[in-house]
Amino acid sequence: MQDNKDDSILWKAYPRVRCSRQLCATACDGSFDPPVLTMKAGTTVTWVNNDDIPHLVSEKDGKFRSSALDTGDKFSQTFSTAGTVEYFCAIHPHMTGKIVVEP
Amino acid sequence: MDKTKKRRSEGLEVDRRGALECMIWAGTGVLWALSGGVPKSVGLLGEALAAEASGFTFLQISDSHIGFNKPANPDALGTLREAIAKVKAVKSKPAFMIHTGDITHLSKPDEFDSAAQLIGESGLNVHYVPGEHDFIDEGLGKLYLERYGKGTKGQGWYSFDDHGVHFIGLNNVVDLKAGGLGRLGSDQLAWLADDLKGKANSTPIVVFAHIPLWTVYADWGWGTDDGLQALDMLKRFGSVTVLNGHIHQIVQKVEGNMTFHTARSTAFPQPAPGTAPAPGPMTVPAEQLRSMLGITSVDVRFGNKPLAVTDTTLAG
Repeated sequence: MQDNKDDSILWKAYPRVRCSRQLCATACDGSFDPPVLTMKAGTTVTWVNNDDIPHLVSEKDGKFRSSALDTGDKFSQTFSTAGTVEYFCAIHPHMTGKIVVEP
Repeated sequence: MDKTKKRRSEGLEVDRRGALECMIWAGTGVLWALSGGVPKSVGLLGEALAAEASGFTFLQISDSHIGFNKPANPDALGTLREAIAKVKAVKSKPAFMIHTGDITHLSKPDEFDSAAQLIGESGLNVHYVPGEHDFIDEGLGKLYLERYGKGTKGQGWYSFDDHGVHFIGLNNVVDLKAGGLGRLGSDQLAWLADDLKGKANSTPIVVFAHIPLWTVYADWGWGTDDGLQALDMLKRFGSVTVLNGHIHQIVQKVEGNMTFHTARSTAFPQPAPGTAPAPGPMTVPAEQLRSMLGITSVDVRFGNKPLAVTDTTLAG
């Protein structure tokens, strides 16, 4: 699979696009999982939609944006510059997340 | 599989917890008459609707989510077909229908096509407003606006008059902001102020938009950030009815001269606010599904009589 070429991020560390209502543990709050992801510059992050409704990953100001992701769809983005990236779901804007890119 | 078992048991738990709330809206439908701003149930749907309907009624359908095929309802097209059959069966022909958004699930051309073909079978003129699911094509609403944007302003908002009632269709699903709720935006609010200018306070107003214009439950995004600005402009009117969708269940509120009402979906129910970890399709036993889907009829009465809002389920 293409995803195996992604650097560093383990599958288990991939942000899920909101945990599934049915599958989430009691701590689930209907948000990106994990809400804050810290990683080295040059890492590719893949969002996987494990939910039963579509989501759409968008940088806060629209600097990057996925297409609508249905259940099981993925979206990848490589972060090469250190800094903090804020993103949200453009369909459900109360869902927000952060990626902290370390040098 | 463990996961499947877990999913089932948790689903049932939600069902039990929500059972009482469900009983409030699951039924054959109730005719609501508003007297002095207080909603009053005057009878069950059917006889009441036939007896009470005046010369001018219109219908609301919402959240048909054509393209949705998950376990909560593998056949969203089928339940829309049932809803349209209910529409066709209404005895006194409604003047028109409004659709309060989420026509499609993923803004795909074939989803728009299927919905339009089926809804067209009602034989009624339909006034649409978009849901967020109708604005997620690559062109961010291009497909919706090509189909339903003709003669509208901005991103598809508009108004029209019928039988002395002023109808306003708003779009609160465009250019949403991180961490926010639904949004109208300054252009639309300015248009609304201008649209209302010169309208007599006695003009009955019906406003419809997808996401509730009032905050039903902020934690789940069930509200509109700048909705209050729109409602403030409407306060001076003697009769304001606000019709929304999005939350797939009936919630009603009366505040002064304003009546707020959200419609059921024709596709799948969602949990009552705060009764589940997150909003989303709620899987209920198959025999219960149709009692949680439905359509809404609004009977406009003249003189001092306010609007009567009637909900009917697909099971009724």
